[in-house]
Amino acid sequence: MATGTHAAHADHHDHTPGFFTRWFLSTNHKDIGTLYLILAACAGLLGGAISVYMRLELMNPGIQLMGWHPNPGHHWNAMVTAHGLIMVFFVVMPALIGGFGNWIVPIMIGAPDMAFPRMNNVSFWLTAAGLVSLLMSLFLGEGAGTGWTIYPPLSASGHPGPSMDFAIFSLHLAGAGSILGAANFITTIFNMRAPGMTLHRMPLMVWSILVTAFLLLLALPVLAGAITMLLTDRNFGTSFFNPAGGGDPVLFLHLFWFFGHPEVYIMILPAFGIVSQITSTFSRKPIFGYLGMAYAMVAIGVVGFVVWAHHMFTVGMDVDTRAYFMAATMVIAVPTGVKVFSWIATMWGGSIRFTTPMLWAQGLIFLFTIGGVTGVVLSNAGVDIALHNTYYVIAHFHYVLSLGAVFGIFAGFYYWIGKMSGRQYNETFGKIHFWTTFIGVNLAFFPMHFSGLAGMPRHYIDYPDAFHLWNEISSIGALISFASVLWWLFVVFHTLTAGRKVEANYWGEGATTLEWTVSSPPAFHTFDELPKISATAHH
Amino acid sequence: MSTDDIDRAALTRRNRRVVLGAFGAVAGMVGMAYAAVPLYDMFCRATGFAGTTQVATVAPGRVLDRKVTVRFDASRDSNLPWKFEPLQREVKVRLGEEMLVFYRATNMSQRPIVGTATYNVTPDIAGAWFNKIQCFCFTEQLLMPGESVEMPVTFFVDPDMAKDRKYDKVRTITLSYTFFEAKTDRAKSLLEKALAPASPGVGQAPAGEGPGDKRKGG
Repeated sequence: MATGTHAAHADHHDHTPGFFTRWFLSTNHKDIGTLYLILAACAGLLGGAISVYMRLELMNPGIQLMGWHPNPGHHWNAMVTAHGLIMVFFVVMPALIGGFGNWIVPIMIGAPDMAFPRMNNVSFWLTAAGLVSLLMSLFLGEGAGTGWTIYPPLSASGHPGPSMDFAIFSLHLAGAGSILGAANFITTIFNMRAPGMTLHRMPLMVWSILVTAFLLLLALPVLAGAITMLLTDRNFGTSFFNPAGGGDPVLFLHLFWFFGHPEVYIMILPAFGIVSQITSTFSRKPIFGYLGMAYAMVAIGVVGFVVWAHHMFTVGMDVDTRAYFMAATMVIAVPTGVKVFSWIATMWGGSIRFTTPMLWAQGLIFLFTIGGVTGVVLSNAGVDIALHNTYYVIAHFHYVLSLGAVFGIFAGFYYWIGKMSGRQYNETFGKIHFWTTFIGVNLAFFPMHFSGLAGMPRHYIDYPDAFHLWNEISSIGALISFASVLWWLFVVFHTLTAGRKVEANYWGEGATTLEWTVSSPPAFHTFDELPKISATAHH
Repeated sequence: MSTDDIDRAALTRRNRRVVLGAFGAVAGMVGMAYAAVPLYDMFCRATGFAGTTQVATVAPGRVLDRKVTVRFDASRDSNLPWKFEPLQREVKVRLGEEMLVFYRATNMSQRPIVGTATYNVTPDIAGAWFNKIQCFCFTEQLLMPGESVEMPVTFFVDPDMAKDRKYDKVRTITLSYTFFEAKTDRAKSLLEKALAPASPGVGQAPAGEGPGDKRKGG
């Protein structure tokens, strides 16, 4: 718009504003990305600490650690809820979409910034405010003990205090932030690509964020509608979910899972994007089946919208409906399989380097596939009737999220931290982090398949002695995992203070996307002169 | 420079167009979430989905020999201090035959209460064939303290069910009601009307006695 400033810009373009303006009023996509990553790290420590608290309680039968609370059973449920909501809305989404998405996507498509930099700022602070509201729900009143699915009637008439209202409000804030962010990503990716960067030349990371943004845009408003109905049911006498006034609690389940199922792809697709970049880089080969990979994500996104009721096979749907949702769910294994096989084919015949990000990426592929297989098991309506709400389900979704999405976050961290900070992590330290996490999380979550198959139900503070062995092993695994998270904090500290300074493309041959053409760390403003992308230099 | 200027203005315009489209999609999805309430209701009524029964004004007049057993189930919200039961556990009806049965509800509390019932039939697939001509579930019920009413249900099972072999296995249909305390506007006005005659001057006269006795057994 302003011709003069544009010209002046290029001259001294690395002028950074003061501390307050830079970090609190930020409109720079890299700084906002950094803020998101910091928020996710803080929330992750909190959510992780809660999970250790829960695992220590479950280490032995009976009530020990939470016995201080006057109502330990409810306290347990409040912890489960806080853990779930924090991990979903304030760790995985901010890290993968807000963090890496903001940092990397504009650079990868050669854009100077996001399309709406100020809206980007609003997105971040809405998310931060959402986290504050969630914490208030923990401390004002009893805490919300509904699980992250906040099903009525428990969330409507079973929680009279302010806790539930704050939890709902927290989801409103985080949801609004994510919707604005999604609209911003869509506009940026559609309109701000550098000349020559056609849609079919975009790196898969950008594709993954684009698909994710569409999922957010279509799924989150449904959650917003559902929780607004819940809020008015609680406070203003409506009865959307109250049979006494002609409502139906099952309606909430449908609305929630219409959001909730795309939400699980919202959490994993950006991790898929990161894995694609890393696998290609460290195999020194372009990704195998690029178009298939891109459209597999589109297919996962589309089909993800029509499978939601597999989360509620037990509500009393008739057999035809269950048959449909079962078949549709199994169909998702096809595009997911396309991705897994293409990653393997990318490595086939490649010159593979097992650096730390590559280890995390391959760990993700391996463990996500295990989670995917148990997902196919659970998609069977008949089997799900038996396994619904058991630890088998917990094992399944932690394999795809905790060991999938979170591995993706760490993979992205090790891949790009040199780019973001200008300093490289220590390879040995990184590998120690990977292997301790790998052992810890598998020890924590694999035994849950067994306790789940044996019939151990979710959302209870206690269990019969028969389940002791697997629970004790799970708890030891959780402690190892948390120790490795603390080790990661040391790795971050070591990297930022003592890490080796790196050049623009520290991964060398194989790292072909645009972020490797700019300095490490990139200038405050990148690509004021738009790069030209030729047909040969893609993905 | 001027071309650059035009480029930027064009980009701003394009950005605005895309983001407005995105916000339109958001508004549409919120609207769809709310529209789910009436749409699902209409869908169930039209198709008998999830055991939603049908409403008819008159029996078809055609009666087949094939019989089904209709069982009656009554339950109530644990917060509703009523006794609620069917007067007969089951009846055998021929397809197309009109049948009259009764449920009885008694208000066991000391206050007037308006109740409303949700209902469906199992198996779910029978919903499309189960027709009610008259049913207490269509309206809110006011019961004064201690009052008891017998509530009629007139129904028939559509003889067209016999035309599709898919429904050959339907030999027993269970009609189920669950009573809740109604909180609708109509329930409030019913309560106000019930309490109104007792309040001016009479003082502490038990609110329910007058109208309650008259209706007993009705």
